[in-house]
Amino acid sequence: MSYRRTKRDRVLVVDDDASLAEMLTIVLEGEGLTTAVCRSGDRVMGAFAQFKPDVVLLDLMLPGLDGMSVCRQIRDKSAVPIIMLTAKSDTPDVVAGLEAGADDYITKPFKNTELVARIRARLRRSDQLVEPLLFGDIVLDPAGHTVTRKGEPLELTPLEFDLLACLLGDPSQVFTRETLLQKVWGYHHPGDTKLVNVHMTRLRSKIEDDAENPEIIRTVRGVGYQAITPTP
Amino acid sequence: MGGLMHGFARIWRRSLQARVVTSTIILSGLVIGLTGWALLHDVAGGLAADRRSAAIAEARSGFEYAQTQLDAAVDTEPSVQSQSLTQMVDSLTRSRGAQRTYELVLEGPFLSADGEVPVRTSAAIAPGSLTEDLTTAVRSGPGTFWRYSDLSLLGGSEAAPSVVVGSQLRAPGSGDTYALFYLFSLAEQQDTLDLVRRALLLGGLAMVLMVGGVAFLVSRQVLDPVRMARRIAERYASGNLEQRMHVSGEDDIARLSTSFNQMAASLQSQIRRLENLSRLQQRFVSDVSHELRTPLTTVQMASEVLYDSRDRFDPLTARSAELLKRELDRFESLLSDLLDLSRFDAGAAQLELDTIDLAQVARQAADDPGLARQDIEVRLVGVDRPAIVEADIRRIDRIVRNLLTNAAKYSGSPVIEIEVGQNEQCVTLAVRDFGIGLSGDENLRVFDRFWRADPARTQGGTGLGLAISREDAALHGGTLQAWGRPGEGSEFILTIPKPEGSSKAPAVTSVYA
Repeated sequence: MSYRRTKRDRVLVVDDDASLAEMLTIVLEGEGLTTAVCRSGDRVMGAFAQFKPDVVLLDLMLPGLDGMSVCRQIRDKSAVPIIMLTAKSDTPDVVAGLEAGADDYITKPFKNTELVARIRARLRRSDQLVEPLLFGDIVLDPAGHTVTRKGEPLELTPLEFDLLACLLGDPSQVFTRETLLQKVWGYHHPGDTKLVNVHMTRLRSKIEDDAENPEIIRTVRGVGYQAITPTP
Repeated sequence: MGGLMHGFARIWRRSLQARVVTSTIILSGLVIGLTGWALLHDVAGGLAADRRSAAIAEARSGFEYAQTQLDAAVDTEPSVQSQSLTQMVDSLTRSRGAQRTYELVLEGPFLSADGEVPVRTSAAIAPGSLTEDLTTAVRSGPGTFWRYSDLSLLGGSEAAPSVVVGSQLRAPGSGDTYALFYLFSLAEQQDTLDLVRRALLLGGLAMVLMVGGVAFLVSRQVLDPVRMARRIAERYASGNLEQRMHVSGEDDIARLSTSFNQMAASLQSQIRRLENLSRLQQRFVSDVSHELRTPLTTVQMASEVLYDSRDRFDPLTARSAELLKRELDRFESLLSDLLDLSRFDAGAAQLELDTIDLAQVARQAADDPGLARQDIEVRLVGVDRPAIVEADIRRIDRIVRNLLTNAAKYSGSPVIEIEVGQNEQCVTLAVRDFGIGLSGDENLRVFDRFWRADPARTQGGTGLGLAISREDAALHGGTLQAWGRPGEGSEFILTIPKPEGSSKAPAVTSVYA
């Protein structure tokens, strides 16, 4: 894996539970990451500006400002990867959090290795792409981590960039949601395919002229997604 | 015809109103018929009796006249006598002129002639108009006799009812006896009677119809509120708990409505209370889940840190770290199983349906490296053909893994067989082992919560896996059944209905059933 920076990656832990926050820092520091803790929702933006994290670990249940609003505030300012910590796996909160801009979520209780793998997956830069990729009127530049369509720059989060790079990297293949979860999110076990749906919807709203009639990525019903090879 | 009968039977069975109206019509028809018959009988008897007494009086005067005539005619010469008799009959007939309401028959003399008895009549009267017993009675001796009879004239139309009065006449000179019969027609009375009968019949019919109509109206008056109550009860039963009956007045129907409404209100409040309880329970479970999970997460993370560094501990501490981690894992799965079950109990479990292939699920489950580690051979049967169902992949996967883990852990069987089968209705996945099997009612008890085949609980696990799997199957509208024979093996059959089918009969037959 290649890292953008040689210095230690920075993780902002937003959790009101003192013990869990401390435990998280212990584990993450042990993995060679730099951490900072913020324990209240309304102080997150201050900490964010000061700490400039590479990843945010965000508990959904927070005093002050709730996790969903915090998520939205961060996303308004930055494309930094956000991983939600949630105690409930099957509630609408998860979808709401993803729609508020979170990249991934992890359900308590989790294994340390799983947590670290997910954080690493968010810190990892798309290594599938070494040289700029031209796909129709879209240009993906892995070095600057930028995407343009018809010369216009597109504001994609790193996750959306990875998702797009993965799909456009092999237009001959139909990617199942499970495959995408493995390749883009770093899942080792079957995960929640809602994750893929939510992000695909957002990605399309950014890259497609009409998200209802996609010209770049099509949905293969009952299977997954595939890039539409552009007609030259 | 059969269909018509069937239709009637159906209406009879289903409509109280039809039964009420029909039985009212039948019963009132019977009553009116009986009354009419009695009435008719009375009227007929009265009419006939009147006519009869008048007839007897008239006939008597005729007999007296005829006797005087006979007394006067002392001539014994047969030809003269015969002539005078004819004259007598004529005069008797003529005496009433055009208003004559009777016919005459004179028989005799009886004594002088041995063979044929001469008969004189006022008209062509058919034989048989005089009844045998009357003629015998008249011939036997003096006196006046009468009978009802049918008078028919030769060449005339049909027989008319009549009353016949007869008496014996004796010629004093010759000692000859004669029988004189007056035949009075009852046609007029018959006409009156016919009229009355017709009137009664029409009146009776009208009456029966009207009574039927009345029964219809009255039964509707009673049944309409009942039908209304039925409709409201049906709406209530289908979940519209606000439904109430309209109460007006103080009659029985109003009281029924009041009672119904009271029942509905009390049911509604009970249901609301239970719903509330269930909501509270769900809320509680969700809160407990959240409150427990956060500290559990911390503890588990800490135990993993300890576990990872156990090499640096002294043996006792290292072992403690191992036990801590193992039991925390168990605690976690127990907690998550309990939360799953409480979600089932609260009816809060939800399916995320996808089109999935059970054959592929079986193939993937068989690839589990855990099974290979335990040197267990997995045989796949019937997985080369896709077995497509609409199901929640995570729940189905959980069921199949659960069944495999169970088979691997408890049966002691070196071979596990997974068979996938399907018919038009459903898709079935069977997991078979050839180990210790199930005995007695264990095939039912395996699904009990916290039930274990091994009371010593040496194998770990939560004892909730099969209970959850069964709930998962039921959530799909499917079933999970167990069979087994002690010492031979056991088998769990998961049946999931196809989208348009039902899961009545599993597509794989049990080998242990």
